[in-house]
Amino acid sequence: MDFISMITPEALVFFGLATLAVAGALGVALASNILYSGFALMATLGGVAGLYLFIGLDFLGIAQLLIYVGGILVLILFAVLLTNRIGAVNVTNVSAPRALGGAGALGLLGLLTHVAVKTDWVLTTPVSTPTTARIGDAFLREYLLPFEVASIVLLMSLVGAMVIARRAVRDRPLPPVQGATAPVDGAERLL
Amino acid sequence: MRFELANILVFLSLAVGFLLVTLTLGKLLRPSTPDHNKNMIYECGEVPIGQAWFNFNPRFYIVALVFLIFDVEVAFTWPVARVFKSFVRSGEGALAFAELAVFVVILVVGLAYVWVKGDLEWLKQIVHDDNREPVPGASRSEPVTAPKEAA
Repeated sequence: MDFISMITPEALVFFGLATLAVAGALGVALASNILYSGFALMATLGGVAGLYLFIGLDFLGIAQLLIYVGGILVLILFAVLLTNRIGAVNVTNVSAPRALGGAGALGLLGLLTHVAVKTDWVLTTPVSTPTTARIGDAFLREYLLPFEVASIVLLMSLVGAMVIARRAVRDRPLPPVQGATAPVDGAERLL
Repeated sequence: MRFELANILVFLSLAVGFLLVTLTLGKLLRPSTPDHNKNMIYECGEVPIGQAWFNFNPRFYIVALVFLIFDVEVAFTWPVARVFKSFVRSGEGALAFAELAVFVVILVVGLAYVWVKGDLEWLKQIVHDDNREPVPGASRSEPVTAPKEAA
């Protein structure tokens, strides 16, 4: 099979999505501003959602968009924006020497390449029918109990997160607006 | 199935392409004469106070946490909504409705919990002081200290 015949529309879509995900991951790792890292994570999560959709997993892809891009990423960005002077963290851990770190990275790369080459990859055909209806059917029939238990798990995580986060928020005075030149009243604090 | 998803891809490409083309075209065509006022951050006509890089109100985080839980609830509810009509057609609509209602009611308990506990109330610490004298550096509505690192 020559190279030109490998460039199918499917391959273009796949490599486009994969490039998006990998470029986002590089952005997360290399961005000097942690907020930009958070935004780069959006490309990674979106690319992964696209890959899910590419192999026909409609529910998983949309759930990835809904929960990770729409929810968890927002939470991460809020955490960055709410943290006081997050850019000026004094890193107290001693960093490994560059040679040692490079050797470790190369070793890991070799190991992963070895695994990727040696593994007998199973090719599956993409799912051709929508999965959402089948999942919904399963929720209401054979997996009814796990479905309802999931609700209780969500309730517990909500209450637990509130108990932990509430104390931190209430004990904390509202941050001063840095660099303010005029007296700041409550309205600006809403921002 | 994949054909429908390819439709989405076409729309996505068109949306991104439209933005890229128009923004690039505008950048090439417009004259570039920046001045102080043009470079100012746009705040709906208001002169911005302070920097954009300041700590946002931590209450946003609480709301985001609550939002995340109900986001997951939507992800669980949506496949059920997809098959609900077929359940109704086969005469099991009441059963499906009851099953979904139990799911939602359990989570409504969580909403009631955060509501009763006052987590959804906004800006408890700010005192409305309408008679505050408008002197620069005068009293703020609450003591402002450096936020605790542990918080």
